[in-house]
Order: sequence, then C-alpha cells, then structure tokens
Amino acid sequence: MSIGKITKVSGPLVVASGMRDANMFDVVRVSEKRLIGEIIEIHGDRASIQVYEETSGLGTGEPVESTGLPLSVELGPGLIGSIFDGIQRPLEEIRKIAGNNLTRGIEVPSLSREKVWHFTPSVKAGDRIEGGDVLGTVAETEVVLHKIMAAPGVAGTVKSINEGDYRITDTVCVIEGADGAGFPVSLLQRWPVRRGRPYRKKLSPDKPLITGQRVVDALFPIAKGGVAAIPGPFGSGKTVTQHQLAKWAEADIVVYIGCGERGNEMTDVLNEFPELIDPHTGKSLMERTVLIANTSDMPVAAREASIYTGITIAEYFRDMGYSVALMADSTSRWAEALREMSGRLEEMPGEEGYPAYLGSRLAQFYERAGYVVSLGSDRREGALSVIGAVSPPGGDISEPVSQATLRIVKVFWGLDANLAYKRHFPAINWLTSYSLYADSLGQWFNKNAAPDWTELRGRMLSLLSDEAALDEIVKLVGMDALSPPDRLKMEAARSIREDFLHQLAFHEVDTYTSLNKQYLMMKSVLSYYDSASEALERGADIEKLVNIPSREAIGRFKYVSEDKIEEEYARIQNMLSGDISEALASKEEF
Amino acid sequence: MPKEYRTIEEISGPLMLVREVENVTFNELGEIELANGEKRRCRVLEIDGSNALVQLFESSAGINLSDSKVRFSGRQMELGVSEDMLGRVFDGLGRPIDGGPEIIPEKRLDVNGTPMNPAARSYPEEFIQTGVSAIDGLNTLVRGQKLPIFSASGLPHADLAAQIARQSRVLGAAGSFAVVFAAMGITFEESNFFVESFKSAGALDRTVVFSNLANDPAIERIATPKMAMTAAEYLAFDRDMHVLVILTDITNYADALREVSAARKEVPGRRGYPGYMYTDLASIYERAGRQKGKKGSITMIPILSMPEDDKTHPIPDLTGYITEGQIILSRELHRKGITPPVDVLPSLSRLKDKGIGEGKTRRDHSNTMNQLFSAYARGKDAKELMVILGEAALTDIDKLYAEFSDEFEKQYVSQGFTTNRSIEETLDLGWKLLRILPRSELKRISDTLLDEFYDA
Repeated sequence: MSIGKITKVSGPLVVASGMRDANMFDVVRVSEKRLIGEIIEIHGDRASIQVYEETSGLGTGEPVESTGLPLSVELGPGLIGSIFDGIQRPLEEIRKIAGNNLTRGIEVPSLSREKVWHFTPSVKAGDRIEGGDVLGTVAETEVVLHKIMAAPGVAGTVKSINEGDYRITDTVCVIEGADGAGFPVSLLQRWPVRRGRPYRKKLSPDKPLITGQRVVDALFPIAKGGVAAIPGPFGSGKTVTQHQLAKWAEADIVVYIGCGERGNEMTDVLNEFPELIDPHTGKSLMERTVLIANTSDMPVAAREASIYTGITIAEYFRDMGYSVALMADSTSRWAEALREMSGRLEEMPGEEGYPAYLGSRLAQFYERAGYVVSLGSDRREGALSVIGAVSPPGGDISEPVSQATLRIVKVFWGLDANLAYKRHFPAINWLTSYSLYADSLGQWFNKNAAPDWTELRGRMLSLLSDEAALDEIVKLVGMDALSPPDRLKMEAARSIREDFLHQLAFHEVDTYTSLNKQYLMMKSVLSYYDSASEALERGADIEKLVNIPSREAIGRFKYVSEDKIEEEYARIQNMLSGDISEALASKEEF
Repeated sequence: MPKEYRTIEEISGPLMLVREVENVTFNELGEIELANGEKRRCRVLEIDGSNALVQLFESSAGINLSDSKVRFSGRQMELGVSEDMLGRVFDGLGRPIDGGPEIIPEKRLDVNGTPMNPAARSYPEEFIQTGVSAIDGLNTLVRGQKLPIFSASGLPHADLAAQIARQSRVLGAAGSFAVVFAAMGITFEESNFFVESFKSAGALDRTVVFSNLANDPAIERIATPKMAMTAAEYLAFDRDMHVLVILTDITNYADALREVSAARKEVPGRRGYPGYMYTDLASIYERAGRQKGKKGSITMIPILSMPEDDKTHPIPDLTGYITEGQIILSRELHRKGITPPVDVLPSLSRLKDKGIGEGKTRRDHSNTMNQLFSAYARGKDAKELMVILGEAALTDIDKLYAEFSDEFEKQYVSQGFTTNRSIEETLDLGWKLLRILPRSELKRISDTLLDEFYDA
C-alpha cells in the first residue's frame, strides 16, 4: 500500500507523486478528507487520479493513499429497491447522515450490514460444487429470489451450510477446496466494475423483450439480451420512453442508470415506481428495480463510473438466470465525462474533443449485454438487455457519440422533434428507426402471438413508407390530385399513426398494451383499409369511406381495458361491415 | 495574517500565474492588492506543484508583476446571507451597490453549494398560475421547476418574464415569497425595466437583485448566478420562502465561461465553448427544486438569447437538456404582432403532467391540452399547404384546421403583457376554440369530457 502526496489539482483530476507501487485503476483515498478516487494514468511515480467527489479545498502536499483494490461494487441482498450514486454509495443512507445535500468524504457501506436476511440452502454438506453454482437463496423482495452463488473460480465440497437468519457479512457456508483449505462464503460478494462477470457461453438472442409499447413491440422489437439506442434532441421524449420501458418491459430485474441527467427525474422514478403494479407479477415495480443516480450536478468523474457500476449489478442478476434490462440515460453525458477527463489529462483529442478511445469504450460497454449460459453446473440461462439513450447536440446524430453507438447497437429508435411538436408520442420515427432483430424475432411472434403477426407488421411498414412518398406529392399538388386508392392509403397510414403508434404514457390503460391487444389493434386498423379498398373497387365514394363512423371506434380502441378487448374488437368489426355496406348502398342510390 | 505573495509571473486575459505558493488549495478565493491599495478578487483554477493558476473576477488593468501582492484566504468564495438581503441591490460578486449599509450576515455560505441528494428531492407538482394562457394551459409551470425562456435579440422576453414574476401565484396557498433577480451582462435599461416592474407590483422589498451589467467586468459574471442561487437557497430552505429566480442572460454567462476556457487553452467543444459547459450549467440549474421536509421552493426562469435564433446552438441546446422544458419565443409570431410571441409547439413543460388535472387545475386540462397541440400542429401544416397551393387545395376539414390555428394564435396566445387570465378562463377559451372543429375530430379527448364540455 503506497502513500503519496498531491502535486497537482485541476478540477476532478489530481496528480500525486510517490505512487510507484500503486496499480492502474486502484481506488485511492485523497487528502485528509478521504475523497474516493481512481488511478487512470501512471507516469513514473506520478499517478493521475480521477476523484469521484468535489475537489475544492484540496492542496498540494496532502496525502494520497492507495487501497490496492480496483473500483468494485458490493453484490448481495439489499440491492433491489435501493438508490445508489455512481460509485454505489446508498443515497438514502447518506441522506440520513448528511442531510439533504451531498457532503464529502462520507463512508457508508453500499449494502446494509445490519439487516438480517433469511437464507435457505439449496445444496447440502458433502455436495460437490463449482464456481457459479447456487448455494442457497434469500427472498429479497416478494418477486425477487436472490440466489447466492459460489464465486467464479471456487470449486470443492460443501463442508457446512446452514439455514437461518444472517447479516450479509456472516458466513453461511464453508467450502473445502481440493487442497483441504476451508473457504467461507457469505451473502456478500465484491466484483470490480471494469471487468465483465464471466459466463459459460453467449447465445444469440431469439426471444423478444416485450415492452407493452406498440411501436417497439410491433415495429422495432428488441430481443432479450439485445442492445438498443434511443437518440433524440431534448424534448423529444427520451426519458419518458426510457421510463416506460423500465416500467413495462417484461424483465425480472431492471437497473436504471440516471447518468448526468435531471435530479427530478430520479425523484419521479422513486415516487412513481413503488406505486405502479407490474402487470406480470402483480407486485410493485420497485420490487424489481435498482437505481443508480449521478445527476448532472453531482461530481463528473463519478458519472464515468456510474454505467460500469450499473452494468456490473445487472450482470450479477443475469448470472442468477434472470432476464435483466438496463437503461442508461444518457450515454452522451458519460462520454462527456470521458472527454472532460481526457482534456485534463492533456490527451490528443479525436473528433469534437472526444478521446480517440471513445468508440472502443462504448463498444466494450454495450458488449457486456447478451443472452448467456451462466457458470454453474445447472447451466442457467440469463439475459442482459441494454437500452442506452443518446443526447446528440442539436439532435444531429452525425456527432461522434451517436455514430459510435450506431455501429454497435442492433436496434435504433430514432426520436424525432417534429413528431414531438405534434405531440405524437412516443416520438419514434417509423421511417428512420430499425431493428435488426425483426426477422429472427418474427418467428417467435408468429408462433406465440399470432400466425400472421409478421405479415401485418410488413403491411403497416409499407403503408407508412407509401404515405411518406405520397406526402411529397400532396405537398406539391394537394390532396385532391391523389387517386381515390392513394387517398385511402393516406387515410389508412394516418390511422396507423394516430390509432396504433400513438400511445399515451400517462393514460392508465394506454400506457401498456399486451401483445394480444396489439394484434387486435393492428387487425382492426388494417381491416378498415382492406374492406374500404374493396368497397372502393366496387364503386363506393371515397369521401364516404373516409368519414365512416366506425373509424372513431377504431381510434378509441386503445383506451379499452384489456379484459374487454375481444368484445370490443368484435363490435368494431360488426360496425365496420355495417358502415361499409351502407357506403356501398348509398352509391347505388345515385 | 495570510501570507502575501509578490510572485505573479504571468497575466494573460483573465488568468494569472503565481509562483512559489504554499498550502494553496483548489478553488480557493484570493485577493490581489494593487500598488495603490485597490483590491481585486480571484480564485484558484489549478495548482501544479508550487504554481497556482488564478482566475480574476475583475479587470486585470493596473496589475503589475513587481508591486501587486496576492493573498489567499483559505476559504472558498462565500456569500454572507441574511433576510436583510431582501429589497437590496448587489453587484455580481455580492457587494451592496445601492448605497445602503453592508449586510450583517447571519451566516456565510460557500457559493458553489453542494449537490442536492436525489433521494432528498421532493417532486414539484404544485400548479403555478402565471395568468399567461400559452404557459398555464399548454406548458404548465409548477413550483420548483426550472423553465427557461429561449429568446433572441429583439424579442420581448423581458416583458414576458416580468409578467410571469408579477402575476404568478399558487392557487389557495399561503407562504411568503421572494424574487431573486440576477442580471448578467444585460443593459442598464433592461435591468431597470425589471426593477421598475417589481416596484410597480409592490414586490421590490421582497426582491434581491444581483446586477452585473454590460459594462461590468465579463469575468465577474461567472460568479453572479452562483451568488444568486446561494441567496435563493438560503431564502428557500432556511427561511421557508417560495423563491422565483430570474437569471438573464445565460448567453452572456456562457460567453464568459468560454473566455476563461480559451485563456486556459483548453480543448474546445462545440463553437469554442468548453467541454464541461454542460456540467457547469447543470451546477447552476439543478440548484432549483424542492426538498423533502422543507417548506420553501426554488422555481427558476433563466432567460437566454439564441444566437441567430438557432435552437441547436450549444447554449440553448445544453440548457434544454438540463432544464425541465423551455418556452420558445418566435420571431415570426412577433412580426405578426402576437404578444407574447410564444411558439407553443416546440415549447414544453416536462413537469406539467404532475401539476394539472382534477384537484389542481381541472379534469379536462390534460385532454384538451393534447388536443389543442395536435389541432394547432395540423392547422399549421394546412396553412403551409395553402401558401403553396391556394385555399382550394385544402379539404373542408383542413380549412377548419387552418381557421382554428389562426384563431388560436389570435385569441389564445396573443393576450398582451397585462392580461391576467385565470386557469378556468384559459381552459374555457380552449374549448371555445376547439368547437371550431367537429366533435369527431377530437380524438384525444375522452367521450365523457366531450359530453360535458363540448356540447355545453
């Protein structure tokens, strides 16, 4: 353990001499105030340290002490429902100690050392186990069964294991290694954040992560274990979309990272999630959520660490065999923190001042997502899906962070300011967005949701792209110049946009749509187009067909609660065929 | 007695290098004494070995390498606060300039503040009635929100901000209020307009003014919003007041930040602004809000002028990413004579959904708001088409939408700077305008509300 002295202070960057024995990425304690920092560069005996707390008041000559350990997170019961800062300090606990504002140098363990958990063994003395094996479980919340796993690399025979109530640091099990040494296991593990947790192998993702958001599930689905990016200018609804996904995605665990964003958004999550009921489990959403908050006024260096802290926690739950969804809002702020540190290290800048390693760091982060077979003899399968928001300056995605992100992700939900101005939410542009999982997941949808799911999806997409082409003509020569079939096509596309894609996050029914309801909604929108097209061919008047009353019922279908959808769908179909025959009949009167 | 250094090595723009210093700390406040006894303030930007890089808050004129002395205070920049600050005028560094006595501080606070624990925030949800329909009805302001006005040169943002400050009230709530007004690099005329407006509303003795005018040192501006926020935090969280902070003009502040960054030869981000500008602006804006267990609140209206009316310029862009929405003024509406010229479509209040509805405003608020937005957007599209192709090219329904959008601008948005509309008046006006359209077009409003209000 080496103790050095500060020789330079420049914002969050501190340089200390006398650090020859320290390792790269070791955690250090800076000055008498014991601020937490991490070594990010070593030149001779001078180490450059990024400090995770405000550095005002630091001066040269103050001590810097290396802990000899890399930046790590604590993993164990107590994670769920908590809110942590970027380096996993519990914000509620800090508030109890320090009041409403964050003061420096507070030392609080990440997970409560006092709280007692009931541990139930899953193996017995004498069993042979290997790294990753589940030794026992703790019911952490009503919906999350926290599996206590043997650390990677551990192998041997269980010497003793006992059911009972334990604090997280108590020994619950002793494993005897091949050399006869006893290895105590507690409920608590540590893992360095910059190293991905190991797994047996990665599989390619083939199941969708159902989100209950129509534009996502129907048009641009994401797979369990997939990666998606949401870029968009401010005010286009990135955060609301992220919140919607965090609320309704069919995941066992959600890790939400507020990285350099607004404080009130985290408060919103903290207030709202405990009240909301998960449609899959019937329990509060907070019982499956872990929050990491580094708001924009919190120290910038901890922002850089926050996404690693979050993804390490997410990987830990993935290893238990759960489907985990991680939301990072926003990765641009993370990149800016990287840029700020890079500037202070006087590195040669790449594009727009970002460091040259921006792309590789982003890729490393996103590549930690995936559908994997965990370590352990039972070969559990777990998934970690990552959804990253990107905040491109001025909404222009030609900038480096967006471009580096697009090279990696498979799903792109492009938010569009013009849609947002028209209050079309979610403002995901259907022409620019894409999902490379659409084909592989299509089979799943056809098998599990409806046999003609992909067909309906394809028809909707082609109507929407026809609309964009026709719109160009309308802008030049007016709606009247369109032929009746084209006019009808425009109306059908409008119906897809307004009646299907538009979804209100704040409406109690509309906020989440089951796959079955999505299917019926698609069917009703397209059945209008089909039957009206047919009537048109048989000579019905286009104005009549555009203005039939059943279209209003189609528009309001989204507000019908899940238990009444079949009934309502039948009613709409009935009404529609009545309206169409009326339109045909009135033609004959002429 | 703090040690005096006569080791100034270099002065360049707002920066100064002092050699052979001891025990100087990052961000520490210093004082430079000129040969004639005049004192100037500065702070430490970087310490490298025994060299301290210092940033001046005032002009460097008259500083001399051989005679000027530097002392470091051992403290960070502080502001002495007390309730006596109400009704007073200070300069950009917190010194009284209204001829009154010095403030006897109840305590001294570090102007940099400390970040609010996100777990300690209390979500803003109390509706503020500003009396301006474009805000109350469509981009609702709530207590503890930060809602900037994006303006541009020649637009009447000052009138709008003063109108908001004058008319704002929370329905059915008591509690004392205060206004903190920070002028950064604006003209005397504009600053005086605000002061007169507070005076005529009888609010001047509840107002704290920090004034850094266009002819004051630009570098002083870097401290001004921090002074204002420190005073606001004291009044809100120590003295239980509801504080409205008006910061104008953020663009001048950002330019001062750029000046220091350029002098330090830092790698610039977009348009020469420093890469840390987002963090820096956030450290000001995020100080607004509400806290658990505290009665007071800080609501913030920063004003910024968009260079070349460009919303993607880094200053409005980064601001928009931090604040909870934005009110955008439009030159086109201003030319049409719409006052206030609020462009409602790109304007946004992110916190509106929590502040409106039954028990707060009225149960039809959220539905009508969405309908007005989408109808106005469609009306504007129709009008655009009309410009190219003439009215004949529009369908009958689009003609109605075009009419709607004209009437909406004339009646709803353009209310003048003296009309104070209650929320009921605003909502009823919305319904009156929506009746231009047939009921079947109003898809965003639920049937029960249509029965009750549309047919009424």
